[in-house]
Amino acid sequence: MNYSFKKITILTGHYGVGKTNLAVNMAMYLRRTGTVSVVDADIVNPYFRTADFKRLFEDNDITSFCPMYAGTNLDTPVLDFDMENIIASGDRVIIDVGGDDAGAFALGRYRHIFQKYANNTDMLYVFNMYRREDFSPQEAAGILRDIEGACGMKCTALVNNSNLGAETDFDTVRSSFEFGRELEGLTGLDTAFTAVPEGSPQNEGFFEVKRMVELPWERSSR
Amino acid sequence: MSKVLMKGNEALAEAAMRAGCKCFFGYPITPQTEISAYLAKHMAKRGGVFLQAESEIAAINMTLGAAASGVRAMTSSSSPGISLKSEGISYIAASDLPCVIVNVERGGPGLGGIQPAQSDYNQAVKAPGHGDFHMLVFAPSSVQETVDMTYLAFDMADKYRMPAMILSDGLMGQMMEPVEFPDREVNPVEKPWACSGHKNKREHNIINSLYLKPDILEDSVRSRYKRYEQVENELPDAESYLCEDADIVVTGFGAAARIAETAVNNAREKGIRAGLFRPKTLYPFPKKELNEAVGNAKAILDVEMNMGQMIDDIKLYTECRLPVYFYGRTGGNIPSAEEILHEIEVCSMKGEKAECR
Repeated sequence: MNYSFKKITILTGHYGVGKTNLAVNMAMYLRRTGTVSVVDADIVNPYFRTADFKRLFEDNDITSFCPMYAGTNLDTPVLDFDMENIIASGDRVIIDVGGDDAGAFALGRYRHIFQKYANNTDMLYVFNMYRREDFSPQEAAGILRDIEGACGMKCTALVNNSNLGAETDFDTVRSSFEFGRELEGLTGLDTAFTAVPEGSPQNEGFFEVKRMVELPWERSSR
Repeated sequence: MSKVLMKGNEALAEAAMRAGCKCFFGYPITPQTEISAYLAKHMAKRGGVFLQAESEIAAINMTLGAAASGVRAMTSSSSPGISLKSEGISYIAASDLPCVIVNVERGGPGLGGIQPAQSDYNQAVKAPGHGDFHMLVFAPSSVQETVDMTYLAFDMADKYRMPAMILSDGLMGQMMEPVEFPDREVNPVEKPWACSGHKNKREHNIINSLYLKPDILEDSVRSRYKRYEQVENELPDAESYLCEDADIVVTGFGAAARIAETAVNNAREKGIRAGLFRPKTLYPFPKKELNEAVGNAKAILDVEMNMGQMIDDIKLYTECRLPVYFYGRTGGNIPSAEEILHEIEVCSMKGEKAECR
């Protein structure tokens, strides 16, 4: 892959595009070459989130931070991270932001910290063209602008994470290239990389991802 | 039509609009919120009404009003909110009004928790409100089936003039799966009973659930139960998986059944003849299909995300011919395929020897 991750990667996008699955894959990938911290900054969705991967992170010596009540029955939209210290640790930091502008709004409170690291921060806008039947590049660009407005920061590149969950194959991804090009045109942003399933052809623009966010019946009993 | 990746809740909301739902009344509660959020965004653009009511009770009574005017109407909530709606559901049934009510179940009782559960089986099937009545209950076990059942629920509610519930749960509602929306026209049903304006061309219609004379009330209930007979003959639906030669038939609905299917496959690999029976309609319960599925079984293992609710119906409809074991998780915990496989193994050892519990 041509793209090289910055010290800080902020993942934003419409909810359900696969940010969490991507964050977990990125953490495992970056861990091969250095220390990694993952921040679950999702105040929108109490289900299927990076906080669910605490065990995997522990086993791989990846530091993870999640909101105090993540995974409990208390659904509180509170972010209480000491972001300055997390970044100062020297780890590469992945921040998984909750969906839409509602999720991005809370991130704005750390804006002044990210500004200090502006040269070493990427705010990636993750998209999945399969999220709705009539989902258009125009709409995707609109969501991006709403997110930027809500958190007061600018996205620096796109990530094409177009997928159909467990049914994703390389053809699924290939069919999204046109959508991606249109979105690049509308936003003036480049695509940092395209997420592809295991076994896809090699390409300098591809980042291979495993399906980590699994449903209970996918976890076989053996 | 091509496939898209959607959350169960979003897909349900989209299916409702495509099925001709013109009015939605809701009140926020996790884990059903995406239904409201999606409809808030899209309903007005497609010529419908989205209204966030001041409470669950208001929302169900608005649904009653909209249904009385003859339009397709829906409300949704999660477990504690459904309890609040129960008075309205009873009034809707008593008024012979069609509508769709969605319950994206969460852990209970009380305020409970926000994680998935199936603890509202009895409420949905036995007593969704006071009085002698039934509600159609559909139990999807995938996002695709959530979509298909939403169309069906509207159609069947109209056909039999009764409320229909989609009994989903936090897992079905929150998970994402590829889904395809059927390419079909909405065929509006004639509703000569609707209060939609008589324009001086007919007698005015009255939607009512109050009867001051016992005989007239009894007649109205009896005629409703005649219709329920028809429902029980025509509508029961179930899936039987690997049941023909099964020694152990696992029973379960919705998300629990989906996990049990993985466990059944794993049991087969270990040489245990296991099968799965999954009712898709909980009312009317597929009694005939259940008895066919357990025809050759030595035991039944009922798996639910509650303390054991459907198990009573399994025993009742099989007349306790077979031992019926139970495995359940509750409070928002989801049984794993591994746990269910273990229970299948234990049951296969006990077999016929055990008593019906």
